[in-house]
Amino acid sequence: MATLNPSLVEERLHSGGGAPPHAQDGGEGGRPDFSFGDRLRRNRIGMAVALAPVAMVFVAFTSAYIVRQGLGEDWRAMELPQILWINTLILVASSFTLELARRGLTRQAALAQVPSVPGVAPVEASSAPWLPITLVLGLGFLAGQWMAWGQLARQGIFISSNPSNSFFYLLTGAHALHLAGGLLALAYAAATAALAHAWERRRMVVDVTSWYWHFMAVLWIYIFALLQFAK
Amino acid sequence: MDGSAPEGKTGTVNRPHGAHRKMTEAHAVTEAHAHAAPTGFIRKYIFSLDHKVIGIQYYFLALVAVFVGMFLSLLMRIHLVYPGVNLPLVGEIKPETYLTLLTMHGTIMVFFVLTTAPQSGFGNYFLPIQIGAPDMAFPVLNMLSFWTTFLSFMVMLAAFFVEGGAPLSGWTQYPPLSAIPSAGPGQGLGMDLWIISIALFCGASLMGALNFITTVLDMRAKGMTMMRMPLTCWAWFVTAILALLAFGVLLAGGILLLLDRNAGTSFFVPGGLVVNGQLIKHQGGSPLLWQHLFWFFGHPEVYIAILPGMGVASQLLSTFSRKPIFGYKAMVYAIMAIGGLGFLVWGHHMFMSGMDPRSAFAFSVMTMAIGVPSAIKTFNWLGTIWRGRVRFATPMLFAVGFVSLFVSGGLSGPFLAQPQLDNYLHDTYYVVAHFHLIMGVAAIFGIFAGTYYWFPKMFGRMMNTTLGQAHFWFTFIGTYAIFMPMHYLGMAGHPRRYAQLDVVQFLHPLIPVQKFITYAAFITIAAQFLFVFNFFWSMWKGKKAEINPWEATTLEWTVPSPPPHDNFDGKTPVVHHGPYEYSVPGAAKDYTMQTEEAAVPAH
Repeated sequence: MATLNPSLVEERLHSGGGAPPHAQDGGEGGRPDFSFGDRLRRNRIGMAVALAPVAMVFVAFTSAYIVRQGLGEDWRAMELPQILWINTLILVASSFTLELARRGLTRQAALAQVPSVPGVAPVEASSAPWLPITLVLGLGFLAGQWMAWGQLARQGIFISSNPSNSFFYLLTGAHALHLAGGLLALAYAAATAALAHAWERRRMVVDVTSWYWHFMAVLWIYIFALLQFAK
Repeated sequence: MDGSAPEGKTGTVNRPHGAHRKMTEAHAVTEAHAHAAPTGFIRKYIFSLDHKVIGIQYYFLALVAVFVGMFLSLLMRIHLVYPGVNLPLVGEIKPETYLTLLTMHGTIMVFFVLTTAPQSGFGNYFLPIQIGAPDMAFPVLNMLSFWTTFLSFMVMLAAFFVEGGAPLSGWTQYPPLSAIPSAGPGQGLGMDLWIISIALFCGASLMGALNFITTVLDMRAKGMTMMRMPLTCWAWFVTAILALLAFGVLLAGGILLLLDRNAGTSFFVPGGLVVNGQLIKHQGGSPLLWQHLFWFFGHPEVYIAILPGMGVASQLLSTFSRKPIFGYKAMVYAIMAIGGLGFLVWGHHMFMSGMDPRSAFAFSVMTMAIGVPSAIKTFNWLGTIWRGRVRFATPMLFAVGFVSLFVSGGLSGPFLAQPQLDNYLHDTYYVVAHFHLIMGVAAIFGIFAGTYYWFPKMFGRMMNTTLGQAHFWFTFIGTYAIFMPMHYLGMAGHPRRYAQLDVVQFLHPLIPVQKFITYAAFITIAAQFLFVFNFFWSMWKGKKAEINPWEATTLEWTVPSPPPHDNFDGKTPVVHHGPYEYSVPGAAKDYTMQTEEAAVPAH
């Protein structure tokens, strides 16, 4: 089991995109396996569906925000830390770099389909390391949010200081937590780069996570706009 | 097909079904699809990825939960009519204990029974088989979803054993009572555990819903169009969509409540409260905000509990009447309409909380509008039985019982939907009667119907008919005897949640009715042991079941009982018919399997 069967590897390279279900990679407790194309489509549907409850959580927070704001005189509009503008730029940039990483992997996958001729080294698509760059940008965003919280805390603004502050910490915190989840997935994908023949899995994780990541970027812009314009 | 023969071989060797082993040797090529079932005990029964094992795990979780919930209700019934009695283990039930019982009975029944068994239990087991898939779309997520539910249940039970015990603010957890730890025993750590448990449950349900939806959209076999899916699958699918949109909102509400309790925020707690002689520091929050968030989840939750039962009832009424379901498309659209309207009516739970009459009017109209799709379903069920050659097997009895309870419980809905009437009835036993009949017992009848119907497929043996019929009649008459008089109590003005009836003068004349209800509860609860005995006895000693004992048409009845590890032994089924081809004119048998090719022209 542990030894790598070369013919199996080749099979694996040939499989992809719309092929009928076929047997490969038989781990996972013996469940039947599907082609890469099947699994990619399935995972994309799953991710698209999974975004709905994430959206619902923030819809619920938003409605609470609006209702609570309209309730009484105790609501004090808060000055948002300036660093949020920089963080926003970083996150939007990370969305772009992740998209580049995703497209790079798709291209690489297409090249991997080309049967390798004996004696000829496989062609490696040369591109910038977009995935690690995205990781750094993602971490940068989280660090920036951390700094924003620290800045507020030094001004004596805590979660219980005022309902507007409560919502600020709630919304930014919940978003950061979701983003950290995406970051873990990308870190996993980047780590698989170290393993041979793992491009399938890497491409899958990056592809599906990129949907999530773009959603997180849009969600952040929405939260930022809400906090900025509905003080 | 390509080779990866070594893996295909292992699959053949490990397959537990001898009959198939013979077959697979002849079809070694197609066998490449099929894979070995895990052989270790832990991977096979504990951390299994097989949707069938996970379905059974959910079912047993719900079975344990329903007995815990039933035990709590028994204690309540005893306390109501024998207030001073000293019970073994429990001691004397004080008013606050009564409220704890009430809270935990509701919570456990709604989440761990009514949400768990019909959707996660049966849905997990039969949805993939009925649509011709080898498993759910995401098996690992499926396993994770079950074990998160399990953890959630353990955390919920743990609330009984911490200092102060479990919370007493009702399963709806209205603040400020639920938001202030000093508000009563159980409102401290017990309440925090309640919120954490429900948050875990939300996560598990969302994982499950995501899995169900992807499975239905992406895993259907060739020929299994959406409009050829059995109504059970439609019900599970729409239920999953409801869960997907509703549980996130409950989760959000739970987070806000947890912050109010532990981080000093004031989302739900108004200012100027004095609790136990102490001025509460919070200010400016709104308890109504919680009610809106909670019921935005809470009303769809009612349909999460009942829709799978409707699916099972449709399936069974058609099968046992030997007739196609009356108005298949109308049934599908009615399920969707009920699901959609379910998101627009949450305000009818809050007429009493104070609301602009115009909003109340809107919620009232929307609520009554649900009567339309509900009536479509009911009339179609009756139309299905009408002039059928009805076989009154045990599952059919429970399916008919489901329709009966759905009508009886549903008819009180339009009364409660009117704000003026609701103001009088809302805090009385009338509402208790209404939701127990329609959401509680009707859904439970759906579970029973499903159990008696699918037991042969799940465990390869038939359940005992005599015990099953006795169980049906005791439960059917028993539940009516319990909940029908509660309507009368409600109309007479008997408030709900009152723990000590003997000290309330105006309730004295109603105590005989309460006594009658308690006696009926004793008998009904005792009858449930018939079911448990039948269940476990049949599991080991029941008559061996054939592949298709009910002569039904859907895909689960084309595979051995119990089905092999990947359901179809590596051969993907091809579907040629709709799910309810019974008594087709000109056909040889009175049922046409979905996989049969000729027989009748394809629809």
